[in-house]
Amino acid sequence: MSEPLNLLIGLAMGLNLLALGSSRLPSLIRAMSLQGVVLGVMPLLMEHDSLNWRVAAVVFATVVGKGLVIPGLLRRAMRAANIEREIEPFIGFVPSLLLGAAGTIAAVALARNLPLLSEHVGTLPVSEPAGTLVLPGAIASIFTGFILLIGRVKAISQVCGYLILENGIYLFGLLLIHSMPLMVESGILLDVTVGVFVIGIIVDRIQRAFDSLDTRKLTTLRE
Amino acid sequence: MMLIPGFILRLAVWLLLAPLLPGIINKVKAWVAGRRGPPVFQLYYDLAKLWRKGVVLSELASPGFIAGPAVAWVALVMAAMLMPLGPAGSAFGFRGDVLLLIYLLALARFCTAWAAMETGSAFEGMGSAREVSYAVLAEAAMIAAMLSLSVQTGSVSLTMMLSPTAGASAALLAAGLFTVLLAENCRVPFDDPNTHLELTMIHEAMILDHSGPPLAAILHGASVKLLLFTLLLVQAVLPMGELSPLAGAGALAAGVLIVTAGVGLVESLLARLAFRHVPLLLTTAFLLCLFALLVAWKGGAK
Repeated sequence: MSEPLNLLIGLAMGLNLLALGSSRLPSLIRAMSLQGVVLGVMPLLMEHDSLNWRVAAVVFATVVGKGLVIPGLLRRAMRAANIEREIEPFIGFVPSLLLGAAGTIAAVALARNLPLLSEHVGTLPVSEPAGTLVLPGAIASIFTGFILLIGRVKAISQVCGYLILENGIYLFGLLLIHSMPLMVESGILLDVTVGVFVIGIIVDRIQRAFDSLDTRKLTTLRE
Repeated sequence: MMLIPGFILRLAVWLLLAPLLPGIINKVKAWVAGRRGPPVFQLYYDLAKLWRKGVVLSELASPGFIAGPAVAWVALVMAAMLMPLGPAGSAFGFRGDVLLLIYLLALARFCTAWAAMETGSAFEGMGSAREVSYAVLAEAAMIAAMLSLSVQTGSVSLTMMLSPTAGASAALLAAGLFTVLLAENCRVPFDDPNTHLELTMIHEAMILDHSGPPLAAILHGASVKLLLFTLLLVQAVLPMGELSPLAGAGALAAGVLIVTAGVGLVESLLARLAFRHVPLLLTTAFLLCLFALLVAWKGGAK
């Protein structure tokens, strides 16, 4: 059971690096949404014995939300604001790629030393060492999200960084799928979608007010 | 006494078969483009022609201009002797020969770059600078790949390292090593072997001033290097130790053909990268090999 799970998490880790290395906005958005879908189908694999409609609903909402709605909103905002597709990095692509890889390796190497609650490890076969790739995957995604948030200049790529960070938190939350009410998960998903919706409008406003999406220019706001 | 005929036979196989690979690549490229293309044996004809010609020597060049290509050729052939040939094993494998392989490749690169700068031409210096700066990243990827094979098999001799399959990390390792192969042998996305513009060349720019037998040595050495990297990639991925000798030889030949055709396809379907994007791709190759190392390490620590 943990083999396909680990394969999916490995794929998500690869998508992290792809997001860090991609120099164009559409490919960054594609990597982010694909990662959301990959992580979205994971509850189906974790809940192999008790597949009920609640889990199926979460999976469906996550896949549709992260795979279709959010990237669609971002692409629309991109089109509406008419911004060029090149990403201007604050931290260059090669350094950010190396940082992300270092973070991923550190997460894989050190995740077993983290103090976990019994609720966390309840759903996972901890006896299998390979079964614990969920935690490194979550930490690596969160780290990648941070690098994108810090290291990119344009507002939309920062949003993508935030969404990858949220993917990591979602992966972490999967450990608690039995203990956490469904309400919380769907609430987070709704928040994220609304957040992206609002950002789509704000991006247009920033573009109109400053003629650029460069967030560095926002600090020169006067009067 | 049985060792020496075997050694000569192996040397002959390497020296005679290596120039075939660029011919196959060119055939694949011609086939994709719908042309007839040069014959598969074109490089043999070129080498024979170059060998008969005289050498044009610059007044500025020191003896290193001739010595560089010669040393590079010998280093590459020595590295080829270290590489095991599937069921036949390697000519003289010993514990730690993987380190010697990496250093021989570095020595060959150093000598080519050194000979290139002998004439004091600006283009050669530029080509050498590019070659060496890409090599920094490509060698890191190569060393990471070797480390991951070594961690997986718990051995530091090439024959042992290459006999089992690379396991769970095989796909990562294959992708990484293929990129290293393209970079080390100056194929498209990194360098275009057909380019005629000195400003965009890398390897070709280094050998502009060479002529006659030294140029033949450089070209032949480059084809040996291509065969070396192809064999390394194929044997790292295929479980050579588990096949019978005949099946092993067949799998090896088929693998080499597939990789060569793959290089030809990449060359036909991709454009070369802009120079500023090359470090990103090489870093990706390094990371692929590094993650293969991570998988080997974590998988081994069970």
